[in-house]
Amino acid sequence: MAHTYTPGLKVSSKELISKRRILPLKGDVLVKQGDKVKPDDVVARTLLPGPVETMNVANVLGILPDEINTYMLKKEGEEITQGEVIGRSKSFFGLFKSEVKAKLTGTVETISSVTGQVLLRGEPLPVEVKAYLDGEVVEVIEAEGVVVRSWGAFVQGIFGIGGETHGELKIVVADRDTRLTPELIDEASKDKVIVGGSFVTADAVKKAISVGAAGIVCGGFSDKDLRDFLGYDIGVAITGSEDLGVTLVVTEGFGEIMMAKKTFDLLRSNEGKMACINGATQIRAGVIRPEVIIPIPDDIRSGTAAKQSTDIGLEIGSYIRVIRAPYFGKIGKVTELPSPLQKLDSESMARVLKVKFEDGEEEVVIPRANVEMIEG
Amino acid sequence: MADTSADSKVESNVEIKPEDIEVILATDCGSTTTKAILIEKTNGQYRLMVRGEAPTTVEAPFEDVTMGVLNAVQEVEELSGRKLLDENHRIISPRSKSGDKVGTDVYISTSSAGGGLQMMVAGVVRSMTAESAERAALGAGAIVMDVIASNDKRQPYQQIERIRHLRPDMILLSGGIDGGTTTHVVEIAELISAADPRPRLGSSYQLPVIYAGNKDAREAVGETLAHKVDLKTVENLRPVLERENLLPAREAIHDLFLEHVMAQAPGYKKLMTWTDAPIMPTPGAVGLIIKTISEIEDIEVVGVDIGGATTDVFSVFQGVFNRTVSANLGMSYSVSNVFAEAGLDNVMRWVPFHMDERDLRNRVKNKMIRPTTIPQSMQELVFEQAIAKEALRLAFEQHKSFATVLKGVQQQRTIADAFEQKSSGETLVNLMTLNMLIGSGGVLSHAPRRQQSALMMIDAFLPEGITRLAVDSIFMMPQLGVLSTVHQQAATEVFNKDCLIHLGTCVAPAGDAKEGKEMLSYSIEFPDGRKEEGKLMYGEMKSFELGFDESTNLPLKARAKLDPAGKLDLGEGSGKSIERNLSGGVVGIILDGRGRPFHLPTDDAKRVSKLIEWMTELDIYPKEALERE
Repeated sequence: MAHTYTPGLKVSSKELISKRRILPLKGDVLVKQGDKVKPDDVVARTLLPGPVETMNVANVLGILPDEINTYMLKKEGEEITQGEVIGRSKSFFGLFKSEVKAKLTGTVETISSVTGQVLLRGEPLPVEVKAYLDGEVVEVIEAEGVVVRSWGAFVQGIFGIGGETHGELKIVVADRDTRLTPELIDEASKDKVIVGGSFVTADAVKKAISVGAAGIVCGGFSDKDLRDFLGYDIGVAITGSEDLGVTLVVTEGFGEIMMAKKTFDLLRSNEGKMACINGATQIRAGVIRPEVIIPIPDDIRSGTAAKQSTDIGLEIGSYIRVIRAPYFGKIGKVTELPSPLQKLDSESMARVLKVKFEDGEEEVVIPRANVEMIEG
Repeated sequence: MADTSADSKVESNVEIKPEDIEVILATDCGSTTTKAILIEKTNGQYRLMVRGEAPTTVEAPFEDVTMGVLNAVQEVEELSGRKLLDENHRIISPRSKSGDKVGTDVYISTSSAGGGLQMMVAGVVRSMTAESAERAALGAGAIVMDVIASNDKRQPYQQIERIRHLRPDMILLSGGIDGGTTTHVVEIAELISAADPRPRLGSSYQLPVIYAGNKDAREAVGETLAHKVDLKTVENLRPVLERENLLPAREAIHDLFLEHVMAQAPGYKKLMTWTDAPIMPTPGAVGLIIKTISEIEDIEVVGVDIGGATTDVFSVFQGVFNRTVSANLGMSYSVSNVFAEAGLDNVMRWVPFHMDERDLRNRVKNKMIRPTTIPQSMQELVFEQAIAKEALRLAFEQHKSFATVLKGVQQQRTIADAFEQKSSGETLVNLMTLNMLIGSGGVLSHAPRRQQSALMMIDAFLPEGITRLAVDSIFMMPQLGVLSTVHQQAATEVFNKDCLIHLGTCVAPAGDAKEGKEMLSYSIEFPDGRKEEGKLMYGEMKSFELGFDESTNLPLKARAKLDPAGKLDLGEGSGKSIERNLSGGVVGIILDGRGRPFHLPTDDAKRVSKLIEWMTELDIYPKEALERE
């Protein structure tokens, strides 16, 4: 194969980011164009009718259905609280009494003198959409929601678990090659988005959940741990709605693999700032990648995006990372790009390159399809 | 899903006369790799000149399938010396007539870049219609992302959020028995309407929704979903409580997937303006080839095309053509799903050495997220081919259940069965009468040794009796399929001379067999005068070289007398001996004494020793590599 190709994951120190924040049902938009919003601000809300509970009051009170209105203490439309007595009957000269208590807080919807049933309606359920970003409302979609825009540093991960959350960025490892282990996580990680290096262990994820960390961003994770956490194997990678207790964004891949320098440096330079993260991933044509956004409180009408390095292709001297066994995760410098096809150990014929790894003197031959270019 | 209808018709807008066509450029955009071939007429014959490939560019930063096409064509340009792209990166057509190797007469393409099929199903009652709908979707090879039912205990807003979040490729809506209540099913339609779902591959087409519910609600559902989705109505999949009728819904899923989802990809519209004939979905094109082979040779054929996201199986039995697309079985984007569906043990049973589970799982997931990598070490190759065997096996299982005799016949159920149902119909697929098994797709066409392709197909399909094996030389059946609609002669010539690689013949006695028993006694006379005689014991595999005639380049034939032991069958009936010509090929004749049904030894050490024995006998992998692992 002549061309190497890896999913183009964006890592940018400054991007203009827009997010549509839409209600599932029509409702009220609570902000207007130009409003500044914070991640937890509710931008749109709708009220859903509360749950309905039926109670056979006539039966419980031992009365005839057509007598029900005589014994009901609450009338249709009246408010009730859970446990409150809503109907009472007395018998045997008032010595014995039966009572009916409301099963929920809400209102009395209907009282039927035909069936003797009472329908209680619970309180309306609010459904809210939050801003997610620290930014500005640039568009209002009437009765549906808004578009929030913000400048921000932007990191796309390769795989993630869990939905939207946010928290202060906290780098808990010394460098990008360090494993994220439980000892590195303490109470100070509560509500934070913690950043590890090459790998997050299962115990570290558990610790992060127990201290209440909002999210984890790290280089690699083990698929076996993922399976153990979720209780099932991910076949087709469509994630984002898992309830792990923490959102996880993996930047490089499965197994132990050092976080890319550019990514780690960008996250480290933003330590202490608020990061909005989302683990939602869909790996298929029309891909969705997990993301880390660190909003920059700049005027959205001015400012320029950071320049993206353009892909110039592999050259002698390019830094590469191997993305498949047997040298998975190793980093080195290209020393030769022979053009004829070469026979690999697997006996496949492929275009190859020669590379000198950071940790050794020896040159190794790798198929070009199995490397990705990185910034040195 | 099975398709017995005439294959996709392609209306060519090639204006040039067929006899004037001398240069043809054809591409196939797979989910992972885009392949380009260049065909030229030399000495009055159409021949494949070169082939180029490049990763398919459906992901960022390109998100445009034409980028991958240009990269693949550029490789063809470099290898052939023919200038095919102009300075604006457009394909040069028509060809320059001044003899300076510039341009092509025709450019055509197939596509399966849209990848797998993930859908949502909706019904009224979770355990009834919704479950029937789920079965229809699973049966059509889809992944069911979620099942929405009126009684699934979620609030409507939660259901709407779910539809929006998951971005399904398609929704199957069912509910209500015919003549029953219409309210609930219309409510679900309203939910879908409110969700206003956007298809994952952009706004160029509307989300397909299939309605297979109460026929009385058709009009109301149609009104509710009008202008919002691409609605297709089929017969109710649960017309009465005790009867399930899944076939119409399954067929609709399959057709919509093929026509609307699979070929779609970012940049697809642009590519459509480049080609001289409509872009054909890859399975449609390969299906044409398989059908043609069956017709010309008058044989029963099974073909398979294993890709990155999907595996397509084609068969012709008793003159009936069937095609299934297993939308989530493949070697890159879907590799993790193969692993999840088959299970670790089923994959690892084909691997003759120990591998750490934690490491294996990570390797599979890394292949999924970085789909264009290739096996560098022998260990990686063995593992990848083990996964391929399972993907092929699962796709074939699905094909067998769809290629049924009683097509369209509804399955009667009793009330007691209403909650637990299985699919119906007897399969048309008969491995004993099967004459030829043809493989295509990266893992089969690009296997470093052709023996590996042969064994992958034998292990996955378990052919019985006498079966010829062939493989697509360099993975170009899709392009030749679409070419056959534009220029039949060119397609046939290239297919016969450059595409189909005959591997040889597999001889596998079927029937109950036991350890230590004889399976077959054989006597084979080779054209060079050689004679091989002996007995094949249970659990043994043997292979004999039998190549090609040097002058005609056709496979050589060997005269074989085969006498199955006991009640074993080679196709003529139990215990009946056979005398016939066996066809050769790159691999030759393979005698497979492992029995049908086939069982691997349960004892681990014995299993490993048997695998190594077979792999050594058939020269699958270098012996020293197996010993080293």
